[in-house]
Amino acid sequence: MASFQVFNQTTGDRFSCQDDQSVLKAMEQTGLKCVPVGCRGGGCGYCKIKVVEGEFECGKMSKAHVPSEAIEKGEVLACRLYPLTDLTIECLPQPAAGLSNRQTKTTALR
Amino acid sequence: MRKGVMRPGHVQIRVLDMDAAVKHYVDLLGLIETDRDDQGRVYLKAWTEVDKFSVVLREADEPGCDFMAFKVVDEETLVQLEKDLVDFGVDIEQIPGGELKDCGRRVRFTAPSGHSFELFADKLYTGKWGVTEVNPEAWPRGLDGMKAVRFDHCLLYGPELAATYDIFVNVLGFHLAEQVLAEDGTRIAQFLTVSMKEHDIAFIHHEEPGKFHHASFFLETWEDVLRAADLISMTDTSIDIGPTRHGLTHGKTIYFFDPSGNRNEVFCGGDYTYPDHKPVTWQAEQLGKAIFYHDRVLNERFLTVLT
Repeated sequence: MASFQVFNQTTGDRFSCQDDQSVLKAMEQTGLKCVPVGCRGGGCGYCKIKVVEGEFECGKMSKAHVPSEAIEKGEVLACRLYPLTDLTIECLPQPAAGLSNRQTKTTALR
Repeated sequence: MRKGVMRPGHVQIRVLDMDAAVKHYVDLLGLIETDRDDQGRVYLKAWTEVDKFSVVLREADEPGCDFMAFKVVDEETLVQLEKDLVDFGVDIEQIPGGELKDCGRRVRFTAPSGHSFELFADKLYTGKWGVTEVNPEAWPRGLDGMKAVRFDHCLLYGPELAATYDIFVNVLGFHLAEQVLAEDGTRIAQFLTVSMKEHDIAFIHHEEPGKFHHASFFLETWEDVLRAADLISMTDTSIDIGPTRHGLTHGKTIYFFDPSGNRNEVFCGGDYTYPDHKPVTWQAEQLGKAIFYHDRVLNERFLTVLT
């Protein structure tokens, strides 16, 4: 089984990832929190990152969060990202809906 | 005042991969597959439910909830509620009988929260699964996984809670069982019921319309919830939080995700309500405790991870 190194250049964290393991799962198993963990199913878009360098495959992801043009730019969900080589990734700002949500009463009054 | 809406009838959930979804809802949750249609949709029910299906899975590019439906007592009631909705200024859509297999005509509308709801009066009565109608045994053998008892409710996230409340309470006869109020009196969460349950449908305020937080299934005991947690680990299913207790409803709960990222809940217990009960109120500054009674801290994921 091949194992690859993943480097998060936003946070400086490094961890290894088996080739049959998603990047998010490998990160969680290492005990790191350098990518936000959401549904782990390609649905919520919470763990969206950008692959800056390296080859990868992806499982099914919600088109709402990852339209096909985003995949070409390497903007994918870490929970559905499977490395084929070592990867360099970077964090993306939370999506617009997430940001506006931060200003709602629900969050503000927590 | 009750107006003939009886109970949740079904929810149609979008999934990214049908095979993985069926395995999750059947093998893990313990629902029973009752049919498939030529659109590729899969029909499921929990064993105590008397109608043919309560969960419909549809494969799509984007997960989430297509609609949730409520069953009304009869066709006459459906006609009346349809008229009441129109008189209230709600746009309705007619879905002909048979569009969902063995289900009668449905009246569909979109709430101001951005979610689609349906009312229907008829669905094929197949009786409880695995037990006889006369002198029934306590439970059927051959149930899988968590052995979910029934599809219980949904929690949906969206804006316009007050306008949504008006339709559900004033037109459809729901009753406000529990609420979360901000300091200025704005309702930021509303748990609505047509039964003695604390919620048949719940809403939490969110800027983006039409978001799906979870579909919930009832279990009988805390031991069942613990066993559900064991099964979540055994199957390496994505867990959200629990087992724990909610402040709201006081139900005992665990949250997890289906393979497409839709959140599920299984829970037991919880308070009851009658139409003469005043709503149970939680203050927004106690929201952490209201949602997760033991942690008393709200995790960011509860507010932002949605499909």
